[in-house]
Amino acid sequence: MLKLSEQVYDAIRRHGEETYPYECCGVLLGRSVPAKDFAPDSHHGLNEVEEAVRAGNTRTDSARNRYNIAPQELVRIQRQGRDRGLDIVGFYHSHPDHPAQWSKTDFAEAHWLGCSYVITAVEKGVAQATNSFLLTGTGEDDKAFEDEAVEVAALEAERC
Amino acid sequence: MKIHIPTPLRVYSNKQDTVSVSAKTVGEALEALTHKHPDLRKHLYSDEGKLRSFVNVYLNDEDIRYLPEKNATRVSDHDALSIIPSIAGGK
Repeated sequence: MLKLSEQVYDAIRRHGEETYPYECCGVLLGRSVPAKDFAPDSHHGLNEVEEAVRAGNTRTDSARNRYNIAPQELVRIQRQGRDRGLDIVGFYHSHPDHPAQWSKTDFAEAHWLGCSYVITAVEKGVAQATNSFLLTGTGEDDKAFEDEAVEVAALEAERC
Repeated sequence: MKIHIPTPLRVYSNKQDTVSVSAKTVGEALEALTHKHPDLRKHLYSDEGKLRSFVNVYLNDEDIRYLPEKNATRVSDHDALSIIPSIAGGK
């Protein structure tokens, strides 16, 4: 399951609207909770997002239908997270005028096993569905995307 | 030196997010890492022994593929290697 605050959820969707008709992309920092500590009857754990970090889309040649995050930007974001005790637990991107479903390209380019891949459909500049897919498996040979439940939690009072 | 392991590969590094190794070069550091954690090898390298195309290794902020001396680049205890699988896709 992917758990994120309303604030993060809105920020991801807004990012897709801002970059329309181009794809947006970003990194989800948070904590992975193993299945045994979260839902012992499930073989998948919980990815709890603390923050969504916007990233630049380096695919300026084809930004309407492709995205790529520069590895040096990922290194920097991973470092920022580590300094705060957070891990990379997922990524997000938008599909302008296209459903919030993973594509063949998304699958071929997905390598972060155990991470959540969040996709927001943006139709005519307005965010529609936001779905998450967990990349499961042990390697390139048996990886698969599985539909993942998304829980959007209202902001906790003490954080307001 | 420290080697930072990304979330998906920690299952092969005994859950460690950072592995410390003693090495004089980038190549020695990666060799020490896969010696300590042999299961990491097939996730980092192809059958031909080349770094997989979607696996990026950074020495501090530099991609080791573009370092003039590549794996022979000298490192000190203060340097860090980061392993970063690529992120891309599209509709």
